[in-house]
Parts: sequence; C-alpha cells; structure tokens
Amino acid sequence: MMLQLSGVHAHYGSIHALHGVDVAVQVGEVVTLIGANGAGKSTLMMSIFGQPRASAGRIVFDGEDITALPTHDIARRGIALVPEGRRIFPRMTVLENLQMGAVLGEESNFAVDLKRMYTLFPILEERCTQSAGTLSGGEQQMLAIARALMSRPQLLLLDEPSLGLAPLYIKKIFQIIRELNREHGMTILLVEQNAHHALRVAHRGYVLQHGQIILSGTGSELLASPEVRAAYLEGAQTETAA
Amino acid sequence: MATFVLAPHSLSPATRLKDAAAVAFIALLLGIPMIGLTTVDSGGALQIATRWPTLLIFVGIAFAGRLVLRYGIDQFKAHQLTRERSSAATAAAALADSSGRTAKPALTWVAWAALGVALTLPIFFADNRYVVDTATTVLIYVMLGWGLNVVVGLAGLLDLGYVAFYAVGAYTYAILGTQFGWGFWEALPVAGAMAALFGVLLGWPTLRLRGDYLAIVTLGFGEIIRVILVNWTELSGGPNGIASIPRPTFFGLELKPPGDDPTFSSFFGIEYSPIHRLIFLYYLILALALLTNLFVSRMRKLPIGRAWEAIREDEIACKAMGINARNVKLSAFAIGAMLGGFAGVFFAARMGFISPESFTFSESAIILAIVVLGGMGSQLGVVLASLVLVLLPELGRDFAEYRMLLFGAAMVLIMVWKPGGILSHREPTLRYTADGDGK
Repeated sequence: MMLQLSGVHAHYGSIHALHGVDVAVQVGEVVTLIGANGAGKSTLMMSIFGQPRASAGRIVFDGEDITALPTHDIARRGIALVPEGRRIFPRMTVLENLQMGAVLGEESNFAVDLKRMYTLFPILEERCTQSAGTLSGGEQQMLAIARALMSRPQLLLLDEPSLGLAPLYIKKIFQIIRELNREHGMTILLVEQNAHHALRVAHRGYVLQHGQIILSGTGSELLASPEVRAAYLEGAQTETAA
Repeated sequence: MATFVLAPHSLSPATRLKDAAAVAFIALLLGIPMIGLTTVDSGGALQIATRWPTLLIFVGIAFAGRLVLRYGIDQFKAHQLTRERSSAATAAAALADSSGRTAKPALTWVAWAALGVALTLPIFFADNRYVVDTATTVLIYVMLGWGLNVVVGLAGLLDLGYVAFYAVGAYTYAILGTQFGWGFWEALPVAGAMAALFGVLLGWPTLRLRGDYLAIVTLGFGEIIRVILVNWTELSGGPNGIASIPRPTFFGLELKPPGDDPTFSSFFGIEYSPIHRLIFLYYLILALALLTNLFVSRMRKLPIGRAWEAIREDEIACKAMGINARNVKLSAFAIGAMLGGFAGVFFAARMGFISPESFTFSESAIILAIVVLGGMGSQLGVVLASLVLVLLPELGRDFAEYRMLLFGAAMVLIMVWKPGGILSHREPTLRYTADGDGK
C-alpha cells in the first residue's frame, strides 16, 4: 500500500470539512476522487500535505505515519502536488519553475529530468525563457505537472487539473495522466469535477459527498453506476459521443 | 474594441485650441483678483491698482502651457500605446527571450556608466565637500535599499521596520567603539552578526503573517527598538545619543591632522586636507555597497535566492515542493538585517555621533520607497530611486517649504507612469544553453 488514509477528519476553521474518510492508493494505480463543489475533495488532497492538518485519523505513506509531519517534510518523502489553480511562480521563467520543482533532487539528475519533461511537454521547451505568468492556462497546467514531476515523486497528487481549461487541453491533460501511469508507472491520486474523464482514466474511484465517502469501486463500475450517472455524469452522453 | 478606445493623441488642432482657451479663461477668472488687482499704499491709505499687462502675460502663459502640456502628454500616451501594441504582438508571435535580450544591453550599459561615474566622482569634485558628502548619503541609501530589497523585493515580505537593523548596527559599533575601544573594521562583522540576530529574533514571530499584517508588526518592531534606544539610557545614552564614535581607519592609518602617530597624510607624504576623510568615507561606502550588490546578485542565483523569489510568488506551492518556508524567510530576514547593520556601522562611523532621532519611521519609509520606486527586486532600480529620493530634497532646498511637496509629487509621478517601479524588468537567474541543461 502506497498511501492509506484512515478515519481522517479535517476542519477549516469551524467548518468540519471531512468526516472520517478512508482512502487507499496502491502502487501503480490511478485513483480518482470525484464529487460536487464543496464535497471536500480538495480538502482531502491538501490534508495529505497537512494543509489543513487532519484533526483525527491517520495518514500513512509508504509504511510511515505522515499525519503530523510538516508540509515540506511530507513533500520530501516523495509526494508531489499539482495544486488546484496550478500555483506556478508567475514572475519566474518556465525554466526557473522547473528548477524549483527539482530543488530537493540530486543536481546531477537535473539535466536528464529537464530533457524528459521537454519530451513530455514540448511546449515548455519552446517557452523556457518566458515568465510563467505569460503562458496560457493549459500551458501553465502542463508546467505545474512538469514541475511536480521534476522531484521524481513516488506519488503524484493532481488537484482539479482540468479546471478552467479548453476542451482540447482537458483531453491532452488526461492523455498525459494516462501516459504517465501506463508508460512511466507513476502512481496518481486525482481529484476531479470532470467525473467522466477522471473515471475513464482511473483504476479505482471514490465518490465524496459532504465530507464522506459514499461510494467506491473501479472506474468502470462507477461509470456504470446509476447514482454516479445521475449525480455527476448528467449530460456526459454528448461528451462520450465526441 | 478598437472603436471605443479614446484616442486623445489624435485630437484636431481646433479641439486643442478650444481646450487651451478654456484653461486660459479659468486662468483669467482666477487672475483678475489675484494678479489683475493689487493694493498699493499711497500716503497711508490703501488703494486698488490694476495690472492688466501682467494678467495678460499670465493668461498667455496658461494658454501656451496648456497647449504644450496637452500635446506632450498625448504624444507620451500615443507612444506608450504603440509600444504596448507592438510588445503584445511580439509576445504573441515569438519567444519572449528575444525581447528579454533587447532590454538587457541598455540596462547593462547604464549600470556600467553609473559605476564609472561613482568611481570617478571624487576626482572631479575633490574640492567640493558638498558633492562628496551628498554622494555618500546617496550611497548609504543605495546600500540600505539593496539590503531591504532582499526582504521586500525578493522574498516579498513587506517590512516597515527595516530601520531597526540599521540602528542595531550603528549602536553596536557605537558601543563597541566608545566603551571597548574597538575599531571600525573589527566591529563591522560583529555588528552585522548582531543585526542578523535581531533579524531572526524579530522575524520569528512574524513567520505566519503576510501582507498588511506583517507590515504592521514590523512597523511595531521598528518603533520598539527606537523606544528602547530612547529609554535605556545606561546602554544607549538615551535621547542624548552616543558621541565621539571612532572614525574608520585606512589600514590602521587615521585620517586626521598630523600628530604623534603616523597618519594617512604623513604616511603617504601628502599634505593634510580635511577632504581626504570625506573622500575616504565615500570610497568606503562605495566598496561596501558594491560588495552588497555582488553578494545579493550571487545569492539570487543560488538555490536559496530562487527559494526567496518562489516564496514571494506562492508560499503553499513552495512548501509542497519540499521547501522549508520558515528557514527561507528567516534567512531573508537575517541577510537583509545584516546588510542594514553594515550600513548602520558606516553611518555611525561617518557621523561620529548617533541618536535615536536618526532611526525614526520616516527612514524606514524612505528606504521602502526606494525599493518600491526602483522596481521591486531590481538592483539598478534601487540606485536610480536613491538618486531621485536623496537628490530631490537636496535640490529642493531652494524651494524651502515646497521641498516635501516636490518630493511627494515625484513619488506620485513615478507611480503613475511606472506602476511597477522605475525598472520592473526581472532578470532571469538561469540562462538556457543549447545542450539542454540550464546552467
């Protein structure tokens, strides 16, 4: 087991956002968390990083209890985050952003990893001297993913990677997620509102509602489940056709 | 959208004349009581006299001035608009590095020219105390600006109490020098370390704060240090300050009139002149400032410097990348404070006397203004802003009470025309090389 959350509660101030959540991620899996706005998806993701810290329950990564570790120490254990809203460093160049991602890694790996990222995301090589803030939304998302990968993580957390992107870029982002997992063996935990795409790429999924897991299963099971279809996949028919 | 853009620069001449006439009319209305009519004292009784020709000249000036001003502003706006359009076009069409490359040589040229002027200035003004002294003041502010730039410009921590570290440096040297007989050069590193320690101590409680809240707390800390200096009479001499602080020496040679010990002038066999000391102080602060600049530019290219900038950009993203935000912020506070402390030592040594009055909030405000006006994070911008902010009040001495008005107006104008500061261009810390690694 790579990541195991058991009975995790979390608060944002006085708001009780997570009510005892259990989530598990195995090595080599893509696991997705879907749910409506405010269901607690991003809270769950960020509580793995201790922002906010879980007020009860345990988070175990790679056999080690990381519930109480400071955020930067959690990252050093080999978890990388692509945060919601991308959070790239806008006034730094694309190259500097990538270097910040590799700040923990061996310096000798940098050139190799950079080349790998440029192969994966050719647009970043073209834009490498540009300030990151001048990239388009889709390009920024690619940069955020590449930046996270520069640390050679064991587990990649993706928080709403398709948020606010044009359909073409959404397709591309999910292609990349699939490629990362299938070809590079990356373990991925994916939070998404775009349930249709997320469930298609994921091995397993969890449905979160009001801070609780109400349903879980394999991607295709959840895709076929009437509850999921009714709640999260309304109108998805047209997307499938396209 | 283009059809709705107001284009004042394409006004017809008739509109311009009408506009100027309106202004002239207002000038006429205002001018009748203020200029056109005047009181004269004729044999004990006040009488009203008229000065129509003067009024006519006044209205004429207003008319012509308005025409010229309007034309100038419109030209400027038109120029700006075309520049924005062309830069938007290039950004969309091509890689940004081409524009980055064109911006660079001009700035490098300005920087080298400034350095040349700074190095040769005392040679041309060797007999002018006032110029050398003012230039020394400018350089103190340049150094303070570069120090604060680490905290505010790079790490993005709004610090309104920077003068506290300047004071810590100055007082450390003053006390070491007057009570323990330390010289300038021995005290310099100790005072720098002391200021850095205070930077960490005062930075620690503010780690969780940001923006306005951080500004308020640092403002408070700055005042606390000053109030302590005023009240702890045994240590700091209270409001009377500390006097007869030892002057810096040139490798052990004192710069004073010839006496028993060898002095600078007797050692080199030149005739003593009081300006030697001023020129020596000038080159001393120039060297300290240049070292500061070198140090900070070097730091910027190291991982810690890049981490400062990343913290400014996004703290949560930084933490998620494994960066210890606490240490990064504390290091910025410590290094900024240390540089301020060095400047403080120089200040104490130059003045020979310090008191809490030199370390008021307005000093902090001026240093911060230098960083902001210069363009946050820009080293050359700090130099230009220091020149403006120190020289303007100096040049404005002739205008007596309007001096601060001039000062304020200059600040407002800079912020209106250059909201990002005089030089808001950010130099990348990494250059891309063809073989794919970014060294």
